[in-house]
Amino acid sequence: MHKSEIAIKVQNVSMKYKILMERIDSFKQYVIKKIKNEIRYSDFYALREVSFSVYRGEVFGIIGYNGAGKSTLLKVVSGIIKPTNGHVERIGNIAPLIELGAGFDGELTGAENIFLKGLLLGYSKKTIKEKFDEIVSFSELEQFINTPLKNYSSGMIARLGFSIATLIEPEILVVDEVLSVGDIRFREKSESKILNMMNNGTTVLFVSHSLQQIEKLCTRTLWLENGCIRKIGNTKDVIEEFKKATENNK
Amino acid sequence: MRTYILNFIKYKDLFIELVIRDIKIKYRNSFLGILWSMINPLLMMIVFSIVFMELFKNDIPNFPVYVLIGRILYQFFSEATSFAMEAVYANGQLINKLYVPKYFFPLTRVLSSFIISFLSLVPLLLVIMPLTGLSYDWINLMIIFPLVYLLLISTGIGLLLSALNVFFSDIKHLYSVLLVILMFLTPIFYPMEIIPEKYAIVLELNPLHIAIEMFRDVIMYGVLPNFDAHLSLIIYSLLFTVIGIIVFGKTQDRFIYKL
Repeated sequence: MHKSEIAIKVQNVSMKYKILMERIDSFKQYVIKKIKNEIRYSDFYALREVSFSVYRGEVFGIIGYNGAGKSTLLKVVSGIIKPTNGHVERIGNIAPLIELGAGFDGELTGAENIFLKGLLLGYSKKTIKEKFDEIVSFSELEQFINTPLKNYSSGMIARLGFSIATLIEPEILVVDEVLSVGDIRFREKSESKILNMMNNGTTVLFVSHSLQQIEKLCTRTLWLENGCIRKIGNTKDVIEEFKKATENNK
Repeated sequence: MRTYILNFIKYKDLFIELVIRDIKIKYRNSFLGILWSMINPLLMMIVFSIVFMELFKNDIPNFPVYVLIGRILYQFFSEATSFAMEAVYANGQLINKLYVPKYFFPLTRVLSSFIISFLSLVPLLLVIMPLTGLSYDWINLMIIFPLVYLLLISTGIGLLLSALNVFFSDIKHLYSVLLVILMFLTPIFYPMEIIPEKYAIVLELNPLHIAIEMFRDVIMYGVLPNFDAHLSLIIYSLLFTVIGIIVFGKTQDRFIYKL
């Protein structure tokens, strides 16, 4: 069993959204409906009482069907949204890779965006300056680094985003299906980078629909279904059960 | 409270970068660039001067400077608050995907507007003042006061509006009408004297008017603004910043549901 320290502790996390039964976008509509007491909500639980821990240096997988709550869980773990119930404890700096283009400004150049994105991830200007050249060469975008981002292809944006998030070594890396973007060369490069980080002791939370990738990279895996933990444990076991359940549903 | 301060220190480079980004982007693809921010108010001043001096005949001494000051300060306030109003909504995608202190967005927009407005003060201070025979004096440095008060008031209103805009996107239409009303309720191109007694009280409560008068006092008339003016503006500054912080703080966790 693991005797190492805990990097992330998720305790009884629930995420409840109140879904308006009708669409209200204007102030006037809101006031009128409120007066008539017609505002009705239904409760939607994206996450229900989720609890688990991730150990330092682990590569932890999360699988589940679309709509299971995986992205919501990652956002709660990263601190992007506050859960309606429960608590998340994090020890270390988190870099969320929930969309590789997030935080980029099309009007700024690649170089300016490296600084912007790096700062958005919580790093200091000094750190970014030190890692700047490495980031540019890993992304293979030297030629275009002074072009505005609006002229980049989606693959180029993905490469730049990935380089920034991973080269400034975070203590915890949260990856949401982004390794399925990009061509095969990029995928291999990013996989080996993640393995590299794993060996250096970075904790990685990894969401993917590619069971192959999960099996290859993750030691333990969580299977999320309708906001609840269906199974958590050894990757091989979890994936086997997942595959069986998928077969039975066919 | 302490976490807020620690967080701000951690993200201070980001704060500065966001302000710089706004300024960079504003001028990046424009032809005249920074020059435009200086020329625009001068052009408005010329138009207003012609209209109100020649056509409507008034007798405010040194009308061009009078109207220029009013115009610049009004413009700063309306641009800073309108720009800040969209701050959270425009950065919605970012807020959805990364953790960033949300209050940075309206704040950096007010600040970048402030810096840009500062640029429009340059032709006033360096060119128009000597041209119209106004002398420089230590008292001119007092312009820092109305500027800071306006900055604080704009910050509070910016925070308030940016939060409201997330939930009610039609706030921006309401606000643009409010801004027009404000423009007419502020003696920018007319003297305070022509307003009848019973309405004068409304104008006197207008913080923008108080700030503009303060500015005119120290630039045009060489007069120190009285204590009451400072007091009113301090109260307004506190009032608006507190309201802005409270509304924003209480609603910010619900932003993601709407972005």
